[in-house]
Amino acid sequence: MADAETALILARIQFAFTVSFHFIFPAFSIGLASYLAVLEGLWLKTGQDKYLNLFKYWLKIFAIAFAMGVVSGIVMSYQFGTNWSVFSDRAGPVIGPLMAYEVLTAFFLEAGFLGVMLFGMNKVGKGLHFTATLMVAIGTFISAFWILSANSWMQTPTGWAINEVGQFVPAGSWLDIIFNPSFPYRLVHTVIAAYLTTALVVGGVGAWHLLRRHDTPEVRTMFSMAMWMLALVAPVQIFVGDLHGLNTLEHQPAKVMAMEGHYQSHPDGAPLILFGIPDSANQRVRAAIEIPKASSLILKHDLNAPLAGLDTIAPEDRPPVGIVFWSFRIMVGLGMLMLGLGLLSVLARMRRKLYEWSLLHRFALVMGPAGFVAVIAGWVTTEVGRQPWVVYGLLRTRDAVAPIDAPAVATSLIIFVIVYFLVFGAGTLYILKLMGHAPQAGEPPVAEIPIRTAGITPAPAIDRGEGETR
Amino acid sequence: MDITVIWAIIIAIAVAMYVLMDGFDLGIGILFPGFKVGKERDQAMNAIAPVWDGNETWLVLGGGGLMAAFPLAYAIVLPALYAPLIAMLLGLVFRGVAFEFRWRDPGHRKYWDAAFCLGSLVATFAQGITLGALLQGITIEGRAYAGGWWEWLSGFSLLTGLALVIAYALLGATWLIWKTEGAIHADARRYATWLLPAFLLVVGAVSLATPFLEAQYHQRWFQWPGLLVTMLMPVLFGGVALTAWEGIRRGKDWLPFVAALGLFALTMVGLGISIWPDVIPGRVTIWEAAAPYSSQIFMLVGALVLVPVILAYTGWAYWVFRGKVGEEGYH
Repeated sequence: MADAETALILARIQFAFTVSFHFIFPAFSIGLASYLAVLEGLWLKTGQDKYLNLFKYWLKIFAIAFAMGVVSGIVMSYQFGTNWSVFSDRAGPVIGPLMAYEVLTAFFLEAGFLGVMLFGMNKVGKGLHFTATLMVAIGTFISAFWILSANSWMQTPTGWAINEVGQFVPAGSWLDIIFNPSFPYRLVHTVIAAYLTTALVVGGVGAWHLLRRHDTPEVRTMFSMAMWMLALVAPVQIFVGDLHGLNTLEHQPAKVMAMEGHYQSHPDGAPLILFGIPDSANQRVRAAIEIPKASSLILKHDLNAPLAGLDTIAPEDRPPVGIVFWSFRIMVGLGMLMLGLGLLSVLARMRRKLYEWSLLHRFALVMGPAGFVAVIAGWVTTEVGRQPWVVYGLLRTRDAVAPIDAPAVATSLIIFVIVYFLVFGAGTLYILKLMGHAPQAGEPPVAEIPIRTAGITPAPAIDRGEGETR
Repeated sequence: MDITVIWAIIIAIAVAMYVLMDGFDLGIGILFPGFKVGKERDQAMNAIAPVWDGNETWLVLGGGGLMAAFPLAYAIVLPALYAPLIAMLLGLVFRGVAFEFRWRDPGHRKYWDAAFCLGSLVATFAQGITLGALLQGITIEGRAYAGGWWEWLSGFSLLTGLALVIAYALLGATWLIWKTEGAIHADARRYATWLLPAFLLVVGAVSLATPFLEAQYHQRWFQWPGLLVTMLMPVLFGGVALTAWEGIRRGKDWLPFVAALGLFALTMVGLGISIWPDVIPGRVTIWEAAAPYSSQIFMLVGALVLVPVILAYTGWAYWVFRGKVGEEGYH
């Protein structure tokens, strides 16, 4: 029994670890693919070289991020079976087709056109190359559509029935399954998060080069584009996040109670706890800084509206409060800082100091990785907040795990941790190295590195250095 | 036709596409240390760089499709093959990132080249073990795997592992014969002359061992009408093998690869004869593992429209990068 408990915990850690690592890459590549399509489109429309240079610059970074997303994603598609086989058996008839559609409509599209996007600039016409870039960008979005539909179904399952062997099966229309209640909100919130993540990275890299006085037209353009994105989209994201929260309150109230730190019910207006230390043993938030009745105002749009607390939820059905409480605050806090950066950039623009104001640049630089942190924090909020269920209210996580012995899971987990830090650490280092160089006129394309044209790269010298004899 | 049968065929096609297409990528990875550092290795890499990602996607379709169309099989097989599958996934991680990383870090290129080779080797060996473990049978209780975490390990599964390593290496060598010229082309032809006989040897060994693993296989191959196929198979195999041999020795550059595909196709038909209509050989039939009709039909509509479209643009991507890869990239 103790062994089974250990195996369950290890399997959960392994899934959390591999999915969190994986999520970093699509969170970046969804936005970056769209950004690349915009850059190439602007180049084709205006003919200005700076857009082409930026395109080639970010394409090299995209190639690395995308490869890491692909290889970490394949791990996910098999881990449902290797470690959560009972879930796969029982939810497969509903979840499986959504994922199969993701492969058919998105993965092949991305992979099929990626080769042309990366290496085909001189082999197909400009129009066809732009089409390939667009297909990759559209593919990343379609991928988000299906996988978030599948995830949302696990959060708010609809349109299902149970068959004679205990499987969830479609009860009627597939539209009820795909467009389950939380899906539209989760999709919009996540895709915007990916765009913000990319904007923060692009803005951070632009700011770095502005601070280093690499003040080229390319650097200015990317910094300006990123700041526009933040200024326009961060407020939208906060609005959408609020709607998503209200949707969660309706369908998964226990998650919201954990996010808010509401152990107790508040019959006449619940306070908004800004900060505090959740103490689940004593069912209270210690050292809480709170605004009276504000939570009821936000969630019910009424100062005195009653709000139920976790005391109304059976103890075995409660999510872990500490993690959810903190991850939610990290996400919201970073979201507010993003809004602040966006607003500050508007101010700088009005004062015509966008490219000169080093305080703004420092702020943007520090915020460069903030999108990744916020995305992971948001993901933790929604996934841990779903616990103890894997299919909300219907199938418990502990009942969904595969019959793998604890030593086997422990071994694989250790290897995953070592390999991921090694491989993805190296990849991140290479991306940072590429970012360390400012985009410049005559930016070399990806193609000249893997598929080299004569005389451009210093590679022959390197080859000799490695023992090339000819 | 029964929709479950259609789905079995679609999954079989996805697996076959994966084996053929990522087979030559992985094979080139396995042969990688056999090419000289510098232009030869760069050419070998460039011969697959634009297409490997699409090739690997068939593996995701195979896995995802299995979960969707035969969830019970997915839920039993994956835990049963825990160790080899995790090894395969990790091998594919190293193999996949090496494509990008080796160009970004010349100082550590030899390590990423080693990662490329070892990743390909481990992934291939693990896939071969997977095949062997499925053929030899797995322990099931109720709706779950009930064996230990070493059940997959046997002399037979190690043999199928080795067989797949040699088989993919042959595909990789013949792909390079087609796609390259100069020194590496000569190397590839030389390797292929060794790999083809080795391939015939190991496939022969696996074929001889298989009918004795399960009564079902034995009946298929040694009773009428299977006996007809049993007699015909060596003839067909021999004919294609001879063509491949001629192609490798002196034939047109495309011939060895196409002949190798023919050998793979015959091998897979043979496997199909052994295990049909099971999704887990000797244990679970496709109908026992099938998802309900509503799931299958929903996906079938998409698959029938999308698979031809996928084949079309995949074909286009190959067409864009047609011709010899050359020492300076595609020309």
